[in-house]
Amino acid sequence: MEFGPHFFLASLEGAVNAAVLALMAVGLSIVFGIMRVVNVAHGEFFMLGAVIAWWISTLAGGHPAVGFLFALIAAPLIVGAIAAAADHFVLRRINYDPERTIVATIGLLYVLQQTTLMTFGPEARPVEAPFNKRLALPWFEKTADGFSMYWPWGLSTTSYKLAVIAAAVIILIGLWLFMTRSRIGLIMRATQLDREMALAHGIPVDKVYALVFGLGAGIAALAAVLIVPIQQAHYLMGHDPLLLSFIVVIIGGLGSIPGTIVAAIFIGMSDGIISVFFSPTVAKIIATLLVAFVLIFRPQGLFGKRSA
Amino acid sequence: MAAVTLLSTSGLTKQYAGLTAVNQVDFELPAGQIRALIGPNGAGKSTFVGMLSGRIESSTGQVTFDGKDITKLPAHRRISLGMAYTFQITSIFASLTVHENVALAARRASGRKVPERVKDALTRVNMADRRTHIASDLSYGHQRLLEIAMGLVQSPKLFILDEPTQGLSSSEIDAFVTLIKSIAGATTVLLIEHNMDVVMATADYITVLNFGEVLAEGTPQEIRDSAEVQAAYLGTSHA
Amino acid sequence: MKDQLLTGVFHLLIIALMAGLYFILPEYHSGVLARVMVLAVYAMGYNILFGYTGLLSLGHALFFATGMYGLGLAMQHLDVTPSIGILCGLGAAVVVSAVIGFLALRTTGVAFMIVTLMFAQAGYLIILWLGEYTRGDEGFVIQQSQRVLNGVDLSQPDNRYFAALILFAISLLLIGWVVRSGFGKTLVAIRENEERARMLGYNVHRHKWLAVIISGVLAGAAGAAYALLFGYVGATFATVQYSIFPLLYVLLGGAGTTIGPLIGTVFMYYLIDLSSQITSAYLLIAGVALILLTLFAPQGLAGELRKRVFRWLP
Repeated sequence: MEFGPHFFLASLEGAVNAAVLALMAVGLSIVFGIMRVVNVAHGEFFMLGAVIAWWISTLAGGHPAVGFLFALIAAPLIVGAIAAAADHFVLRRINYDPERTIVATIGLLYVLQQTTLMTFGPEARPVEAPFNKRLALPWFEKTADGFSMYWPWGLSTTSYKLAVIAAAVIILIGLWLFMTRSRIGLIMRATQLDREMALAHGIPVDKVYALVFGLGAGIAALAAVLIVPIQQAHYLMGHDPLLLSFIVVIIGGLGSIPGTIVAAIFIGMSDGIISVFFSPTVAKIIATLLVAFVLIFRPQGLFGKRSA
Repeated sequence: MAAVTLLSTSGLTKQYAGLTAVNQVDFELPAGQIRALIGPNGAGKSTFVGMLSGRIESSTGQVTFDGKDITKLPAHRRISLGMAYTFQITSIFASLTVHENVALAARRASGRKVPERVKDALTRVNMADRRTHIASDLSYGHQRLLEIAMGLVQSPKLFILDEPTQGLSSSEIDAFVTLIKSIAGATTVLLIEHNMDVVMATADYITVLNFGEVLAEGTPQEIRDSAEVQAAYLGTSHA
Repeated sequence: MKDQLLTGVFHLLIIALMAGLYFILPEYHSGVLARVMVLAVYAMGYNILFGYTGLLSLGHALFFATGMYGLGLAMQHLDVTPSIGILCGLGAAVVVSAVIGFLALRTTGVAFMIVTLMFAQAGYLIILWLGEYTRGDEGFVIQQSQRVLNGVDLSQPDNRYFAALILFAISLLLIGWVVRSGFGKTLVAIRENEERARMLGYNVHRHKWLAVIISGVLAGAAGAAYALLFGYVGATFATVQYSIFPLLYVLLGGAGTTIGPLIGTVFMYYLIDLSSQITSAYLLIAGVALILLTLFAPQGLAGELRKRVFRWLP
């Protein structure tokens, strides 16, 4: 393939990456923004979402769309409930101390991952997409009589991949409306602004925190259900998305949702594009070093504003 | 006064995002003096001493200590030149013993004869019998005294005390006044203080800050009699 | 002075105990203990930073791997003797910890944790990237014939045990001396109240930096020793998991105690070893332990002992 169509293909793959990454990272960012804690187990909630999606799809039988739709609703709810329980039984008891929370969520990471290994097993398992039509894509070339359209061999995507991008956009808009317009969203943001004030106004901060932690995990699970028909479910699959969403949240400015989305698109697209042309290892080295240096020299994030 | 100047500032200024907390302060403190720095809340006292001790970076101006320009020095270097500093909000090593708290201060100043010097400093604040106690178990008043002992043990040239009597009982305040008088002469003291009785009882000389500028300077008697000070400070807060 | 003496005697007793165990324990367990002692040195290095200075790093695997690869690569590709290899490992650890410390210490708290994590991850990826020399995930073996230090064959179980013991003994005595020194007490002061320490005139930044270097060099020494004694160098030792292990050992054994890292390493190593015979999901035990420790015993075993029984424990 020539450079033009190849780049277009890479961008499409990148857009799918970016869509899922944006969801993952927004989940992490909401938890950090409101609760001021870093959830290291976030990747495992993603993994659980994928594994539960596989489980439901095998239980459901019939047309793949049936199981998938069930999973789309049930997986985030189950994962959210597990996360809320973890918040209630662990994080609340250590008073959300930032450092101890990291240690505890590392513990949670191992517990979730290893329990999955014991029950689900070490194999990667596929989930069939509800629909998966191959779509050939056109490209343009310059000929003697102007531009003409043609269909390069290998330049194609699937209807499902496009649907993932659309779904992510819809979910993010829905989430934004939820946070800014709904009463619960307002309460969450009030808690973020001032915990003591929120308590004084009778907001049940403990419940809000459990809800926020559950919501963050649920979004990760939702992202996983969307991606699992493309990627397969595996007990170690949470590792890379965790690292990438860390990178996104830090570069986007800790706790800033718009910054997070911009960074997710930037990182997701460039990761997809770079890994097509260069070694993915080099891309990852650059990305991790970038995070470290952003935190050292520009802790408000590349896109964040410097606070006074 | 013919004494040598230990500490001086010229044009010392601090601006926070458009707000000027301390404005062009020229200040001179002769060696051996007990100086009180007073002024209403928000007058810039804490910002001013913060710039002396290096906790706060100055925007413009100069600080000279013991003949050296220390404007650009980090806090720890200034302390090691012979300043000691006690915080407005008690700041001690809560989980360590009283002895270790004072010893940490003593060791930095000079590693020699630490136990003797610690014992001496604790005796002067009347806490020698509590040396094995854990600092967080002490009463509030004793914690403040501990912090003063941590300053004394360094045998500083300049001892900066930021509102040391805040929250102390009246008998503890009396003991503090006696203590400050006992180190007069040997040590130069800069005392930020709200309690006017303490100021009048201890200070040789008083500087009044208001809106980040020096409003008046003089002996306790002069300050007491100054109509300007009365209007700006005594009048408003003790009306 | 009395403190120094008591600490020294206590540590010599521990060392004697470890030496004696070799003659009592069956071969399998003395083999495990050799490994445990090397990993305990790693944990002791971690403890200087986490337990005494109050800085929680999530990237110590970088320092362990630096020592390991410093020695391993030099021996594999430059054909140096083990003693030169050790110097290469230690030298690399000094340089890497000095640079990483200098950069990472510009941050504090959670940012420090993430920055160290990211540097370690970059280190791991660099090892994979340089697969031509490092053989990536697969790693490489240091031949038995090369593992002869001054005529002593370190692949022999008895030599290996006592080599590990010597490293452990030096590290324990060194740490005992450091934490009882003015420097060590200043580290504790920084952990307890950084601003107060600064306003007593201590150069807080330099103390923390030196703590990172001491900690990194001990981790590097452990990594180099691991490669030399067990003959294998691999990228696994640079993964996040190997950054979590010393944290786990120290939390379990007792942060801020000299003996805690050894206790924690022994317990956790045996726990993981036993559970790996039952299930492949042996890291479950590590996860459960981390959660229970944060919830119920943040002081660890030796820490609780010191709080309740032995106030003098160093």
